[in-house]
Parts: sequence; C-alpha cells; structure tokens
Amino acid sequence: MDTLKMNAEMQSQNDDWDVVLTPNKGGFNLHLEQIWRYRDLLMLFVKRDIVSFYKQTIFGPLWYFIQPIFTTIVYTFIFGNLAKLSTDGLPQPLFYMAGIMSWNYFADCLTKTSTLFKDNAAIFGKVYFPRIISPLSIIISNLLRFGIQMLLFIGMIIYYIFQGVEFSVGFEILLLPFFVLFMAMQGLGLGMIITSMTTKYKDLSIVLPFGIQLLMYATTVIYPLSSLSGNMYWIVALNPMTFVIEGIKQSTLGAGVITVNTFGYTFLVSSVILCLGVLIFNKVEKNFIDTI
Amino acid sequence: MSLAIKTENLSKAYQIGQFTTGTLSRDIERWWALVRGKEDPFLQIGEVNDRSVKGGSDIVWSLKDLNFEIEQGDTVGIIGKNGAGKSTLLKILSQVTSPTNGSVKIKGRVASLLEVGTGFHPELTGRENIYLNGAILGMRKSEITRKFDEIVDFSGVERYVDTPVKRYSSGMYVRLAFAVAAHLESEILVVDEVLAVGDAEFQKKCLGRMGEVSKADGRTILFVSHNMAAVKTLCKKGITLSNGMLSYSGEIDVAVEKYLSTTITNSVTHKKYPAGEYPGDDIVELMEYSLVNTDDKIIERFDLYEEVTIKLQFRVKKSGFSSSPNVHFFNQEGQYLFIFGANDDNPINSEGTYITSFTIPAYTFNVGIFNVGIAVTSYPGTVINFFINPAITFEVEESNTYLRKSSYMGSIPGFFRPILKTKIERIGS
Repeated sequence: MDTLKMNAEMQSQNDDWDVVLTPNKGGFNLHLEQIWRYRDLLMLFVKRDIVSFYKQTIFGPLWYFIQPIFTTIVYTFIFGNLAKLSTDGLPQPLFYMAGIMSWNYFADCLTKTSTLFKDNAAIFGKVYFPRIISPLSIIISNLLRFGIQMLLFIGMIIYYIFQGVEFSVGFEILLLPFFVLFMAMQGLGLGMIITSMTTKYKDLSIVLPFGIQLLMYATTVIYPLSSLSGNMYWIVALNPMTFVIEGIKQSTLGAGVITVNTFGYTFLVSSVILCLGVLIFNKVEKNFIDTI
Repeated sequence: MSLAIKTENLSKAYQIGQFTTGTLSRDIERWWALVRGKEDPFLQIGEVNDRSVKGGSDIVWSLKDLNFEIEQGDTVGIIGKNGAGKSTLLKILSQVTSPTNGSVKIKGRVASLLEVGTGFHPELTGRENIYLNGAILGMRKSEITRKFDEIVDFSGVERYVDTPVKRYSSGMYVRLAFAVAAHLESEILVVDEVLAVGDAEFQKKCLGRMGEVSKADGRTILFVSHNMAAVKTLCKKGITLSNGMLSYSGEIDVAVEKYLSTTITNSVTHKKYPAGEYPGDDIVELMEYSLVNTDDKIIERFDLYEEVTIKLQFRVKKSGFSSSPNVHFFNQEGQYLFIFGANDDNPINSEGTYITSFTIPAYTFNVGIFNVGIAVTSYPGTVINFFINPAITFEVEESNTYLRKSSYMGSIPGFFRPILKTKIERIGS
C-alpha cells in the first residue's frame, strides 16, 4: 500500500519535468515520437546528402546512372561473355543491372552507416538530436538514388520488350516494395551494429570494405541461385541478401527462386538484424562520444 | 519561482589513457560482473579528477555528486579551472553524453551552443546551411522560414547568402552560425565559450543579444567562460566547480571570488622541466622559468615598489631562425593586459642555451593577482615554439602605504600603478 502511494507520488513529481537524464540503460526504443519531431531535420539531411554529392560536378545527378551502367557493361563482358555464367535465361545486361543496383544499395547503406559515429563525431559531440535520424537519412537518400536507377532499369526492360523478349511477371511485382524494404532493413540494421562496434573496436572498419566485396560473391549478384547445388546452394541461400536480390529479379524480370518459405525467412532475418541494430545502437549512442 | 534544472548526485566517470589494449577482456569482465549483479569493477576505483596529480587508476570522476538547482529565468555562469568539469556538465545538460550516476531533471527545451556552426556543410550555401543548422539545433522548418530574414539581417552576410559557405571568411562563417543559434526559441540556452570568436563589434553584439534574450523572454541561460568580466556582466548567479565537485552555487560575485581564491593557491613562479620533457618544438625548447627579485630569489608576491625579473631559460636546437621570447600579461579575470617581446637588436639565431630576463620596473602593476604567459616565437614563418599560459601567477601587494607620499590611504582601483611625471605650474592668482 505504502509503496503504491510512493510510486504515485514519484510519478507526479516526475511529471513536472520534461526531460529526466539518467545513466544510459539502452533498451529497445525506436524513438518514433522523437523522429517525428525531428522530421524536418531528417529531410534536410537527405537533401544535404544528395545535393552535396553532385555539387561542383559536371554530370551532376547523371553520376547515379553512369556508375551502374559501366559496372553492368564490365560484368556482361567478364562474367557473361568470358566466364559464360548462367543468367537464368535473362538478357545479361538486365540480369547484372538488377543485381548491381540492389547490391550497391545494400553495400552503400552498410558502408555509410558503419562510419556514421566516426563521421559525425563533431556534430554528435556538440548537439543533441535523435541519433537514429542520421542512419535513417542515409537509408532514405540511398533509396532515392535506388529509385532513380530503377527508372533506368525500367527503361532497359521496355527496350528489351520492344526487342521481343518476354518477361513472365505476374502478381510478384507487388512484392517488389517488400524486397526493397528488406534490403533497407538489412543495410540499416547491419550498419548500425557495425558503427556501434567500431566506436570501440576500430578493427571492424578495416574489415568492412573487403568484407562487403567478398560477401557480394556469396550473394546472387553475378550468378543465379538456380545454378548452384549442394552445400554451395545452402551457404548462399542462408545469406539473407540472396533472396532479396532473387526477389527483386523475380518481381521485375520473372526469373528467380522465391517461395513463401524464403520470403518468410528473409522477412524474419531482416527484422532480427534491424532489431539487433536498434538495440546496440541505442546502447552505444548515449556515451559513444566518450570513447571515440 | 519554479525550477528549470535540478541535478541529483550527478556524476560522470571517464576512462583515461589508452583504450586499445585490453578493451575486449575488460568488457567481458564488466559484463560478467553485471550478469552476477555486482557493481562495475572499473568504477569502484575511481578517484577525484585533479589533472596535475598523477593518479593510480584509469578511471577519473570528471563530475562527482553534483547537486544544484537552477531557477527559471536565471542567467548562470559556470566557472572553474580547465578540467574542473565545466564542459562535461554542459555535455550532459545538452544530452550529448549521459551521466554515469545520478540524474538531471530539466523543464523546457534545451538548446545548446557548445560550438557555433555545428553541422555546417561547406558545399551548401548560406541559405541551405541556415536551414540545416537550425534543424540540427532543434528548430522546425517553418520556424526557420519565419525568422529567416531576421537571421540574415543579424549576421550581416546578406550578400553571400547564396554562396557556398566554404567561400566565406572565417568571420562571416561565425557570424552566420551565431545568428542561427541566437534565434533559437528554447526555454534553456546552454552556451560554451563561443563568444571568444569574431571581432570585437560582433562579440559585443552577441553578448548584447544574450542579455536581451534573458531579460525579455525570461529564458534560463547557462554560460561557461573563463572571461570573468563577461560572466560578471552577463550572469546573476554562478556555479563554481573545482575538480569535478561543486564548490559554490549562488550569487555570481561570490562564485567568482571562490574561483579566484582557488586559482591563487596554485600560484607558480618557478618551474624547471626535467630533461626530455621540455615543452617546445624542434627549434626551441623551454627548460626553466622563474620570477625573481633583485636578490635573485624566487618569489610569489612582491611589493609594488619592488623591481622583479622574469627569467626564461631555453635551448635553441636549430640555427637559421631568429627567435624572440615574449611575455604576455593577463589580469585575474583573463583579460589581456599587454605583451612584451624581446626586440630584434640582439637576435637569437644560433644553437645554444640562453637566458632571457625581462625586468618589470617598480610601480608597474597595481595591487592584485596577475598571470603571465611565456612564449618564444621564431621567424621566418612566425612559428610559435611554445606558449605556456598561465606559466606564472604572482601577487602584487602594497605593504607600506606611506610610500605613496599621499594622504590617501584607501585602495586604488586599476591594473597598473605607473608613476607619471608631474609638473605643477601656477599660472595665475
């Protein structure tokens, strides 16, 4: 009874204060109300990332096209013509373009998010705003870039349709937004995990660049999952990015390996990665400035 | 009056020294202690933060059990020596870092100005940066749009508002940045020594603006500075920190006095560096310095009618430069009084060990406490080989007021007490 009363009293006392700062306990909290309050900042960060990317360049936003086009040409030549890897019967440029676009999105989100604390140490050390705004802005500005590249991709599909190539795409096209979402969740989650750990263990930031490069070969960017069998199949299939890319190919080009099970698996893994990321990020964000 | 900020046993521990070795094993040890429900083994051995005393452990308490309250509408100066915990306190209040123990309760929105121009992006224009910076500081976009003209007007960089800020002069940059911050609408404003930038005119404008804000809107302002004169004019209340602990909280005059009285106990008038720890660079290294009287005895205080000498002993390691020792005088409140540099008549330009003596004539300083910074500058290139400030703190007394040859025996204000040539002529009846 007494404790109840005391609790009630403490509650009313605490209610008078807007902010109570206590030792950081971390925990799982997306800070949604805070994100909403700082939504203008989020948008301005996105704008900053995009505008500062092409300021003082001649081609400007065209760079968003140039990079995937050239990579596609190189891949078509090396993996398609020289190595003669299967492309699930799809036109090689389309196959590689879909893979490159998606992988680049994931890799960029991951690399940029992973150096977030280090890159923003100056700002984070001086002002408070919900830290999660920064990784979110990276995810969103990259999504815009992905969208622009998607336009190019659609243009290519239309070209091939006029060339008489048939794509068996049905209702799967509706799944595309989900695959993009999973991709974003994984990039965000993994990036947040890595950035949180690099504040203390800088080794990770050294591992990451070539780690991403190697991981690409364990994902179905340059070959389709259908071309694998046995242990190799399982290793690649366990990689959650595999089904994201397979899914994107399936929902736009009509060739890939997607079932209810793999969709569920990808959803589950993406969610776990994101939750873990938020958890670790929240734990680190409040005090990272003391250790960086 | 209701409270704006209340702290309860606020403490913050930092790990000092190298982080790299043993981080992982230490983390595992901590984690294991937490799992067993024990206290963090690395926080138990903490000690009071005194940077001049070498401690035994890697953990220092930058703040320890701070309890104070700040009322709404107060302007509070936070003062203390370097390393007293001022910046840590500001960081906690502005939510940049969280406390290790204890809590802070805050009523209202806090805007912190620990630095001007936080988040300015060099590639973006002034206009874009106003929005970005404003949003980082917690303003809504509509709020910034509403105040946009006012901000540009205050900054005085209207002509350049559509130019990328990387083309700004540093002065313009700071002006624009401060203008954004000055137009924040928050109940509590936390300001670090940002006013140490910009030209005198702009500094005055900033101080004026801060005073205006606190009076007109009843905002609570926390102001950290080493400039006691600025603190005194701006603040009504003061909090004095010493080694991370609260030494006083209350009226500003008392707080400043408390601070000044703690600084004098640290007065140093002689220091001999051990070999291998000489401050300096590859051209000149300082070996020893002292303040001596006419008998060549090291002193901490002297009478204003005494002549004293500051001696610098240093080593020139590289020929080909012209090195000039100089001394910088400050009053106790940190205001620059004057600089004196050895002239170029006898340039020091060859390797060797030198002693330069600066003799301060009798009747130079008034009664009071003064700080001296010492430096050696080398040319060409105006290289500052070292600058130690404050190196020397001395106190000037007047033990015999009869020597004034005046019938006035009371205290005389001012920093200097030179004797002017006086001539009295009677030119009429």
